[in-house]
Amino acid sequence: MASVTTRPRKRNLFHLSLQRREAIACACFIAPAVLGFLAFSLFPLTTSAFLSLTDYRLAGRPHFVGLANYATLLSDNLFWQSVRVTSIYALAVVPLWLVNSLALAILMNQNLKGMHLFRTIYYLPAMLSGVAVSMLWIWLLNGRYGLVNIALRMIGIQGPNWLRDPRWALFSIIMVSQWSVGWYLPIWLGALQGIPTELYEAAEIDGSNWWDKIRHITLPMLSPVIFYNLVMNIIWATQLFTEVFMMTGGGPRFATLSYMLYLYQNAFSYNKMGLATAMSWLLFVAVLLLTIVAFKSSPMWVYYEAERRRP
Amino acid sequence: MAQATRDGRQRPLWMGRRMRRVLGAALTYLILSAGSLLFLFPLYWQVSTSLKTWQDAQRFPPVWVPWPPRFQNYVELMERFPVAQYLRNTVFIVVLVIVGVLLSSSLAAYGFSRLRMPGRDIIFLILLSTLMLPGAVLVIPQFVLFQTLHWVNTYKPLIVPAFFGNPFSIFLLRQFFLTIPLDLEDAARIDGAGYVRTYAQIVLPLARPALLAIAIYTFLGTWNDFFGPLIYLSDREKYTLAVALRYLQGSVRSRPENHLLMAAATLSIIPCIFIFLLAQRQFIQGTVVTGVKG
Repeated sequence: MASVTTRPRKRNLFHLSLQRREAIACACFIAPAVLGFLAFSLFPLTTSAFLSLTDYRLAGRPHFVGLANYATLLSDNLFWQSVRVTSIYALAVVPLWLVNSLALAILMNQNLKGMHLFRTIYYLPAMLSGVAVSMLWIWLLNGRYGLVNIALRMIGIQGPNWLRDPRWALFSIIMVSQWSVGWYLPIWLGALQGIPTELYEAAEIDGSNWWDKIRHITLPMLSPVIFYNLVMNIIWATQLFTEVFMMTGGGPRFATLSYMLYLYQNAFSYNKMGLATAMSWLLFVAVLLLTIVAFKSSPMWVYYEAERRRP
Repeated sequence: MAQATRDGRQRPLWMGRRMRRVLGAALTYLILSAGSLLFLFPLYWQVSTSLKTWQDAQRFPPVWVPWPPRFQNYVELMERFPVAQYLRNTVFIVVLVIVGVLLSSSLAAYGFSRLRMPGRDIIFLILLSTLMLPGAVLVIPQFVLFQTLHWVNTYKPLIVPAFFGNPFSIFLLRQFFLTIPLDLEDAARIDGAGYVRTYAQIVLPLARPALLAIAIYTFLGTWNDFFGPLIYLSDREKYTLAVALRYLQGSVRSRPENHLLMAAATLSIIPCIFIFLLAQRQFIQGTVVTGVKG
């Protein structure tokens, strides 16, 4: 009797504990990542919301100042200059990246020999550190001895002093960024190879030329990838720091003062941590809005295949 | 019928198309080669400048090939700056960060892909959403955190977070784990292996390509990281190569010592180029996985 009553209970217990054991194991496995998220992302983000309302200076106690930091920023000419520089940079550099890399990828996506070599060559500069690359370009763009101006002098043009000339400094930074355009090649090549060849064959039978094929097959088929890269890279471009920090220091005459550089200066040169966290928050909101707008507008111009293959 | 006549009429046109194809290939090679030259020449110039005397480095017309190459520059650089120390610091950080990222991310990815728990997928989505967060947003708040922990001017802020998961790597590994057939793990489970053993002895070895790709990315990201060491390290003997380069650039700015700067820059990129050439394939495949196939 007793054994009859305990047996189902035991089985039930065992069943429960198996599920529970799995849940506990799962919790243990993901615990470090969750803790890391709480400690290094969520906690700093929320406390900084508070700090952005104070005059925090690292030493001493923060005093509550309300929205004063935000008001200071909005009436600060340098703040708006940094917004302007970052916007120009992002709006110039991201389309250039995407167009150049896509053009390269389409060229490389032909069934020709030696394309692997080209892929390696174009990808290589993207691997190198921002600091080393900046040092190299400081040297290449040197007004007197730089290779760029030497080359220009050989064809009879007197080049400007790129990084010291307010009219050319930001342009130079944008051009230097194009050196790492190869970063996108694997993404494009992978996506290009995913386009069914029947589409091109059909177009060829219909007598389409290469531009028609790009315009009406490649671009629509790639639009989800283009969209993803556009959004991610605009976000990425708002973080411009190393290049301007190294190459121009934000000068000349604030012509290359990027948002991140100004944020850095506020935090670490002027020790205005409260103001800097306010800048972080404004950036956060801007990026969030940008992302929302991008995703809301995506159905208007992104072509998704009705059924994506799902495992 | 119609096709036959069209075919017949198009014969010369078809040859024209073939002609065009050859021309197209030639044009492709021409454009790509010219571009390659443009892309590689700066690197050549960096290395060649590093092997010149400072007078040769600023001559016009330029010295295209420094002969004899002046390796003395590298010796001079090592003598004047503790490059070996910077290198050691960098390697120390890089190795620990790689270990941390691989360990914590694979653990989390295993949990997220294989073990069931209520609310698990929501947690995963929240973690994933931090990928959209630009690092810049967190820089100052994190600095304040590490400042209150008295971790500034130590390597802890650069290393410890790596041991607490990296959303990008977790995502990548989770996707990879999902492609591993469950049968293997079931078999192990039936043979009495627990979760930890299944993870360590079945899943991890199978995930080696993904782990390798993440290790390479982490290597490059950490080796090249500038902002972190810049704000956290203040003692010069603690510098990593990236910050040391900037210090070098600042300390020789007024003097014409570009040949030494280029030598330092060359030293700092050699490991990256080496790893890149060594692991090219994993690289390109790895990026493809992350870039498109979601």
